[in-house]
Amino acid sequence: MLELQNLNVYYGAIHALRNVNLKINQGEIVTLIGANGAGKTTTLRTISGIEKAKTGKILYNGQGLDSYSASHIVKLGISHVPEGRRVFSTMSVFENLEMGAFTRNDKSQIKKDLENVFSLFPRLLERKDQYAGTLSGGEQQMLAIGRALLSRPKLLLLDEPSMGLAPIIVKEIFAIIKDINKNGTTILLVEQNANMALQCANRAYIIKNGEIDIEGDAKDLMNDENVKNAYLGG
Amino acid sequence: MHLGKLFLNASLNFDWGDKMEQLIQQFVNGVSLGSIYALIALGYTMVYGIIKLINFAHGDIYMIGAYIGFALTTFLHVGFFPALIISMLLCALLGVLIEKVAYKPVRNSTRIAALITAISVSLFLEYGMMYFVKAETRTFPELLPNKQISILNTNAVLDIKNLYIIFVTISLMLILQYIIYKTKVGKSMRAVSLDRDAAQLMGIDMNKTISYTFAIGSALAGAAGVLVGTYYNSINPLMGVVPGLKAFVAAVIGGIGIIPGAVLGGFFLGMTETMVSAFGGSLYKDAVAFAVLILVLLAKPNGLLGRNIKEKV
Ligand SMILES: Nc1ncnc2c1ncn2[C@@H]1O[C@H](COP(=O)(O)OP(=O)(O)OP(=O)(O)O)[C@@H](O)[C@H]1O
Ligand SMILES: [Mg+2]
Repeated sequence: MLELQNLNVYYGAIHALRNVNLKINQGEIVTLIGANGAGKTTTLRTISGIEKAKTGKILYNGQGLDSYSASHIVKLGISHVPEGRRVFSTMSVFENLEMGAFTRNDKSQIKKDLENVFSLFPRLLERKDQYAGTLSGGEQQMLAIGRALLSRPKLLLLDEPSMGLAPIIVKEIFAIIKDINKNGTTILLVEQNANMALQCANRAYIIKNGEIDIEGDAKDLMNDENVKNAYLGG
Repeated sequence: MHLGKLFLNASLNFDWGDKMEQLIQQFVNGVSLGSIYALIALGYTMVYGIIKLINFAHGDIYMIGAYIGFALTTFLHVGFFPALIISMLLCALLGVLIEKVAYKPVRNSTRIAALITAISVSLFLEYGMMYFVKAETRTFPELLPNKQISILNTNAVLDIKNLYIIFVTISLMLILQYIIYKTKVGKSMRAVSLDRDAAQLMGIDMNKTISYTFAIGSALAGAAGVLVGTYYNSINPLMGVVPGLKAFVAAVIGGIGIIPGAVLGGFFLGMTETMVSAFGGSLYKDAVAFAVLILVLLAKPNGLLGRNIKEKV
């Protein structure tokens, strides 16, 4: 479904991604894990068209994405939940969700999708008229995910959804990620919480200093000694 | 400057006796002047909100709006409202064009490069207009009924033109309010000003949003130009400089990037200046305007409506 081929991304002189190759098949949950500053966010931002690759290709269902703007890539069915949630703080919860459906015009279907998001995250319904900035971290993460779902993505990119959340909320979020995947959305999950991510995913890539270091089945990596020592706390 | 005429009236009026009548009259003058500042300040603040650029050419769009109004009414004998609307439309186009030609190429450069570009555009418009229309002051035809009515049966009189200014300003603000909160264009503008990256991830097209912002801001400045032209009758190519600067001050006082802040700052500044003039200080009104700016910023660094948002670490 999505294929990164020899991707190189720079921020000025900083070489943030080095020859990154990565593949996601339809229906999978693929996780990309790595330490601080390894290049995880950069990978997602380049897929979404916010950063541009210097060399290399991004193929989405065989079609090159390089020439498309970020807004067009959303229309093609790729939705990105950014690191740190980035909800629109002085818009209401409801307005935030509406923004998620920005590219769509099918009013009645949008209404149904809104109801779906509210049934997935009942807490958002209770708080729908509240400013998004007043929500708790976990609620903001739910809002960010709900907002992304409203563009009807075929591929959902999640950047550290567990960041800064209490363990019980993290569990809840991961359960919902699995649900979303079961309903047919392919997922690329970026995480620092390698344990949770590997349990949830089918396949995994480990990125180190901008390079893909290890890749494989999530189950295999969980039992890999090197991975255990370096990423799973021994 | 032409806005000076208002202050002249103001200081003459002061000797007339009854303080209450004075106050009412100055209040109306203050609201009119504040309306003009607010209309111009809105464009500053909207553009700043979207691309963090202080568009120093904005005061000159107001000047060009006045000239378009002048040309339409003098040569084509168009009436007040059609002239207002046509001038707004043409200023909108001009604003979009300026953004595409001058600002877009430096969008990803440093802020100082963008600022210098804005100053260049401003000088280009001022002296370009001087070349085409000459430096001399032009006189607007009388478009609005030249009638004075007394307020609440007192001796305070109100030029009916004040009512036009206030009516047009309030209508435009209501329309703007509607656009910003109820339409897709407005929502995309708010989203971009809150979080540019997140807005793009919603599928919002940056180029389109920036164009709409320049169009709307410039249309409001064009309206202010026509209003000032018809109220004070005279216009010249440098008429945008001081009101532009004052409107910028108004936007900063209210909290730059915050739309209600521009309106509040505009009225606040207009009222302060009018009152200072009314009580004999017309020579100092500019100094007072900047003193107010400094005081506000000392107390509230982000403006009256600005919130102190700490940078995330
Ligand atoms: N806007 C930027 N300008 C310059 N350098 C940047 C920028 N964004 C990221 N970098 C650098 O690129 C590298 C990769 O950063 P990236 O944000 O992709 O890492 P990450 O894996 O997401 O880290 P984290 O887990 O901390 O979120 C880092 O060295 C970072 O300092
Ligand atoms: Mg990151």
